[in-house]
Amino acid sequence: MSLETRLARVRGLGSAKDGTHHWWAQRLTAVALVPLTIWFAVSVAGMTGGNYAEAVAWVGSPINTVLLLLLIAATFHHVQLGIQVVLEDYVHGEGAKIAALMFVKFACAILAVASGYAVLRVAFVGG
Amino acid sequence: MVEFTLPANSKIGKGKTWPKADGATNVKRFNIYRWNGDDGKNPQVDTYEVDMDQCGPMVLDALIKIKNEIDQTLTFRRSCREGICGSCAMNIDGTNTLACTKFIDEVKGEVNVYPLPHMSVVKDLVPDVNTVYAQLSAIEPWMKTQSPPPPDKERLQSPEDRRKLDGLYECILCFCCSTSCPSYWWNGERYLGPAVLLQAYRWIVDSRDEYTGDRLDALEDPFRLYRCHTIMNCSKTCPKGLNPARAIAEIKKLMIQRQF
Repeated sequence: MSLETRLARVRGLGSAKDGTHHWWAQRLTAVALVPLTIWFAVSVAGMTGGNYAEAVAWVGSPINTVLLLLLIAATFHHVQLGIQVVLEDYVHGEGAKIAALMFVKFACAILAVASGYAVLRVAFVGG
Repeated sequence: MVEFTLPANSKIGKGKTWPKADGATNVKRFNIYRWNGDDGKNPQVDTYEVDMDQCGPMVLDALIKIKNEIDQTLTFRRSCREGICGSCAMNIDGTNTLACTKFIDEVKGEVNVYPLPHMSVVKDLVPDVNTVYAQLSAIEPWMKTQSPPPPDKERLQSPEDRRKLDGLYECILCFCCSTSCPSYWWNGERYLGPAVLLQAYRWIVDSRDEYTGDRLDALEDPFRLYRCHTIMNCSKTCPKGLNPARAIAEIKKLMIQRQF
């Protein structure tokens, strides 16, 4: 049992002097993802029935390579920002929260780099 | 983790039914949450059959009638009975509102009455509001200035600047909004909640206050401000028709405005 006053408890450790950056980055990536996701979905749907060589050629075209890399960066950045918020909302044990945040951030970094590498490899080395 | 189910000692059981008075024909049933810390029992819902021909139109009228005529142990806060004190905030028919301004007629069927959600209960319909009051103190809800006031008159404010306080000053601090907010349920000690953030904004936009930046600094925090995920329960439930979600959005816009 704590004998702290309620005011001491709600003041807690004070303001983190941060939070706006996270909020802004989440909005920026969300706005970027609107055209990127539509472009990606429409393009992939347009290749229905195409063969392997056509897919490799599509990834390798300079505009598509750049847009794919942007899509990957925005997606995984947005994902890790969003999951961080969910974890902060629901996971209250400090140890579990830090462990879960590390897992999500590492997983997103690995997936983003692996995806980017795959696109670059197809673009520069071919399928 | 957040607890999504009630703890064992908070599970609600079926309580007593208090039958209607003899000869009553126009009866409405009120199912009311009952708990007190003295008998060591779990909370229960008691049912009261109230004669609507002998009762005022508001839910508070029915609660007072029950306390006066049926069961004196029923405990609730009330004072002004006209929606300006905020004492009788409770959950009626699934929505947080003021018992004194909620028409019984608006509720179809039986009237379910519970205390404000996710607060510690002191007794029956009385929640423990000490934490929200502490949060209100923490945002320093008073005018802070360095310039002394004019010696012979009050601090002046233009009509346009005064209008910025409309929709904010009317808040009666009933905390219907904060206790309707899931983010406040899960992180009620770190997130300030819609009621307190609306008050914070009321002082941030006051043209006479000289500590706007310090006030924003104090809110610049992933929990204090940014636990708001625009769920909008606050604006939907406010019995005064105010819009705490808009006040929070305005604070977020000011946070961005001072970055660029």
